Amino acid sequence: MAKRIDVSDLNVYYGDFKAVEDVTMTVEPRSVTAFIGSSGCGKSTFLRTLNRMHEVTPGARVQGKVMLDNLDVYDHSVDPVSVRREIGMVFQRANPFPTMSIYDNVIAGAKLNNQRMSKSRSDEIVERSLRDANLWEEVKDRLNKPGAGLSGGQQQRLCIARATAVEPAVLLMDEPCSALDPISTLAIEDLIAKLKENYTIVIVTHNMQQAARVSDRTAFFNLAGTGQPGRLIEMGDTNKIFTKPDKKETENYITGRFG
Amino acid sequence: MTTTDSSETAVAPRGKRRLGDLVFANSARGAGLLILAILAGVALFLIVQSLSSLTANEGNFFTSSEWSPEAGPGEEVRFGVAALAFGTVLGAAIALVLATPVAVGIALFIVYYAPRRLAALLGYLVDLLAAIPSVVYGLWGLVYLVDQLQPLYRFMAEYLGWIPLFAGPVSSTGRTMLSAGIVLAVMILPIITAMARDVFTQVPQTHREAALALGATRWEMIRTAVLPFGRPGVIGGAMLGMGRALGETMAVAMILSPSLVISPNVLQSGNQTIAAHIALQYPEATGTGVSALIAAGLVLFGITLAVNMAARFVVSRRKEFTE
Repeated sequence: MAKRIDVSDLNVYYGDFKAVEDVTMTVEPRSVTAFIGSSGCGKSTFLRTLNRMHEVTPGARVQGKVMLDNLDVYDHSVDPVSVRREIGMVFQRANPFPTMSIYDNVIAGAKLNNQRMSKSRSDEIVERSLRDANLWEEVKDRLNKPGAGLSGGQQQRLCIARATAVEPAVLLMDEPCSALDPISTLAIEDLIAKLKENYTIVIVTHNMQQAARVSDRTAFFNLAGTGQPGRLIEMGDTNKIFTKPDKKETENYITGRFG
Repeated sequence: MTTTDSSETAVAPRGKRRLGDLVFANSARGAGLLILAILAGVALFLIVQSLSSLTANEGNFFTSSEWSPEAGPGEEVRFGVAALAFGTVLGAAIALVLATPVAVGIALFIVYYAPRRLAALLGYLVDLLAAIPSVVYGLWGLVYLVDQLQPLYRFMAEYLGWIPLFAGPVSSTGRTMLSAGIVLAVMILPIITAMARDVFTQVPQTHREAALALGATRWEMIRTAVLPFGRPGVIGGAMLGMGRALGETMAVAMILSPSLVISPNVLQSGNQTIAAHIALQYPEATGTGVSALIAAGLVLFGITLAVNMAARFVVSRRKEFTE
């Protein structure tokens, strides 16, 4: 049930500070969209506005429109909780619940929706999600061990399994590999390629090779200057952005001639 | 650090011993040892002073409930700490059961629900509760609270009387173990709240966001991320509070109408705690009487020490867990 995201004229604020200015973009379903750009250019902030995680930070607010298919995400009648059940998120640092077993971690989100889930149903969800996350074979014999006992890469795949167990329409990934070694990174990238068959995926990354490897479309964000808000400079097919970008700024960043 | 004598300090494993360092190190060591000396001194005092009555005691000190430690001509010295220890633990347990959920609720409200200003004010007010002298709590309990609780007690005796804890008839004065326990609960509330507030603010943001990103409501976020993380801290706080409740003297002595029986019934007058018993008996005690009270104090010392050590153990286990 992948869905399309349409963002128009979005401004993001922390209190009086404007962090991101005037972003308009479309994220296609069943594809991977990568956000690239230097640190502090607002790409993570922008990502967090898509599932209304941004407003968890005190003083944070948003102007503009985000549409998830026909749902106006920021409409007054819309509950942020229901938005987040539609748009899952994976964070920079793997964050399994430390007191829970692997099994309980995977089922945690799904259980919120359905308290009285039968054992067989939850077993089924756990197995499917862990298989989807390419983790089943590694953990099937120790589902009752704490999730925090896994390696960093396994923990991150556990978090992805936890996010997909809720069956969201969209999966947001905020630098999911930045704390991982190259082998684990490769495992996650393979996983992303597989997940895009069923989900709309948005990934923020600092690693341009990664963006080039995994994404279908790429959006480049940049700051106009220190203290200025971040802007969307250019967005297009990944091939084009990395070979023939329209903007000089993008080309400078891609080729490493930057700042 | 980067001054000219850096070469000198670099070879300093057994370098010059500076007077200032020496004085400071030794005074700090002395202060550290002093606390051990005081603790050992108190324990030793209690043991030595209680010996004279314990050896003269014809009853069983641990299982008997009678209290006649001063023998007249032709009488036996008989006393035991059973009823007192029971009352002490009962009172503290009531306080704990009542205070812990409320404290957790206050802490959650302060950390996750209240607007920032209100949270600061509330935190301050809760700390203020800890600053009220226990004699004031005692007065409040005795003069005001026991009367107010009468209707509640009658209600409980009528509808919950089938539980042995709440069997009637209700004490007409209201000066019961439950009244004492309720006042104790108010007194330990700030301790538990402060500990709970501390651990709840320490819950890593990544865990809270993990729950929220799964579509958890605020309460579900608290249930999946905050409470499991904070549980050991809350338990530690509850045990520190229990330590306070066990030793509390003044408020209990004022509120409770004492009798030396082992009665689980908290709505009737009866029971007594060690601390209050010592405070009430001491002015009239002489000879073995004093010694017997000190023996009771030794038991209280043991109980509080055990509870505090258990609390330390739980809290330290939590530290390992978060690292």
